[in-house]
Amino acid sequence: MNAQGGVQLRTHLMILLMVILGPLGNVLLGRGMKQIGAVTTWNADEIFHFLSLLSTSLSVWLGVGCLLAFFIAYMLILSWADYSYVQPVSAMAYGVVALLAHFFLGEAVSPLRWAGVLVICMGVFVIGYTPQRTRGSA
Amino acid sequence: MEAIFLLLIMIAGTGGELCVARAMQTVGALKDFRPATLLRTLGGALRVSWMWIGLLLMAIAFFSLLQMLSLENVSFVVPVTALSYAFGALGGKFFLGEQVTRKRWAGVLLVCIGVSLVFVGKH
Repeated sequence: MNAQGGVQLRTHLMILLMVILGPLGNVLLGRGMKQIGAVTTWNADEIFHFLSLLSTSLSVWLGVGCLLAFFIAYMLILSWADYSYVQPVSAMAYGVVALLAHFFLGEAVSPLRWAGVLVICMGVFVIGYTPQRTRGSA
Repeated sequence: MEAIFLLLIMIAGTGGELCVARAMQTVGALKDFRPATLLRTLGGALRVSWMWIGLLLMAIAFFSLLQMLSLENVSFVVPVTALSYAFGALGGKFFLGEQVTRKRWAGVLLVCIGVSLVFVGKH
């Protein structure tokens, strides 16, 4: 495999990781937070109780771990690949998060919501293909 | 209350990223990826007040996201946060004086239409 092929393979693998890790992190956080529940009264006792539940939730820790790994993968890929390539491709994450939420958490996703997710992906894709810098030297 | 948390995710999140970006611009570009250089850059970034403001805003956005995820489905919350692109474009135009191209506005419009569909599809 030549050097360019190696870089391409590395880029594709990293994008695959990002598109899986980001949505998986959000889905795991979602599962953890559904178990913990929302803060309803903002007094010190309840906030302390909420934080202690948060710090002992395996789903939340796994979710944070996935999001951290996603962030590292994102930073690394931007060191060799163009942002204008990475950003639109990573728009797929919005579709993946809906798929994971449906199949992993059993969330009911209406056809209209699927359509909305698809249009969002298209929008992010279009934004990604606009100039990265509009001031000063290009 | 949910609308406030959604706004906090988008505004504090975008604001946090802008502050971190400004701090990193002050520190300068990373020359190589050796651990010593990374640590030095990180140390330099932590001495810039914009970095701390950015981290605080990002923490607010994260806890708002947690709160929203306990109230609503992930397949609703995450797509709605795509509205950050609209806040980013508006912030870029009015606060940073960037020229936002028609194509980018078209993308932002598509994102807004998509988010509207996600909202309507909620019920």
